[in-house]
Amino acid sequence: MFRSKITVTLRPSILDPQGKAVELGMHSLGYQSVAHVRIGKYIEMDVDAKDRQMAEKITREVCAKLLANPVMEDFAYSVEAAGREE
Amino acid sequence: MAKARFGIIVFPGSNCDHDAHYVAGAVMDQNARLIWHKEGSLGTLDVVILPGGFSYGDYLRCGAIARFSPIMKDVVRFANNGGIVLGICNGFQVLTEAGLLPGALLRNQSLKFICRDVTLRVENSETLFTNAASKGSLLTIPIAHGDGNYFTDPDTLASLEANGQIVFRYCDREGRITEEANPNGALSNIAGIVNTEGNILGMMPHPERASDAALGKTDGARIFESIVRSVAHRVPSIHIPV
Repeated sequence: MFRSKITVTLRPSILDPQGKAVELGMHSLGYQSVAHVRIGKYIEMDVDAKDRQMAEKITREVCAKLLANPVMEDFAYSVEAAGREE
Repeated sequence: MAKARFGIIVFPGSNCDHDAHYVAGAVMDQNARLIWHKEGSLGTLDVVILPGGFSYGDYLRCGAIARFSPIMKDVVRFANNGGIVLGICNGFQVLTEAGLLPGALLRNQSLKFICRDVTLRVENSETLFTNAASKGSLLTIPIAHGDGNYFTDPDTLASLEANGQIVFRYCDREGRITEEANPNGALSNIAGIVNTEGNILGMMPHPERASDAALGKTDGARIFESIVRSVAHRVPSIHIPV
């Protein structure tokens, strides 16, 4: 069993009004040093695969097909052995 | 004249399906039926409507999960065979997620859900969806969305423009395309586009909410009238300059 940890972020060219609003909130709190806040998604999932290579392949595919929309988002992931044996 | 056969797809979370069904059936006097998303086949239809709402609770991204509903396979087949497909609001989002229309709908720039009338300028009146309107005419139709900010890359935008695929733009009451008249930050004030073949329209505004005189507004009926006319006469599809 493997555990995949995935982040999905808006592509750099896309304005993130939510990040902007949160950044303003931080400035209101007094943290003027904070800038370029970007908000994304974090997804964890178990993958039942025979080896790491297969688990990475499945993770990459679900990211490309469903978890991220390539028009507006990028994704990154890590895959670790979880539970019993690798 | 044979009636046009409309099928309105019902996803879990659709909430404008009955409105679209009512307008196609009762107002336009055509054949209309609701089709549950788990069905495998559309049957015989002339027009498919993907209605507004919040399919699958807008989880992950608007329209991202609905595109994998069983019925979508047949919708894609229908669309690729030249069938007329109208995606309204969430339906537009589903069409972009399914790759039937280019681009994506981002969060409104204001981050607010906006529910109000907007003015649209008809940019192309030679489509299957706008042949009952004239180019440059203005339509008052409501919007109701949180994610209607149309986005695409510069190359795609240029080709949408060159091919006349931009069908509606947000404008002010005088028909001027201004930043103030843009409710959601959409690129180039885009409110609705068609595919290159001209048989698939996605639009954020809700024509089905402005088609019954009893509700006080009927500009949305131009779109349904155009579709009915297109089915009856098979008017030439979108004009693509060579």
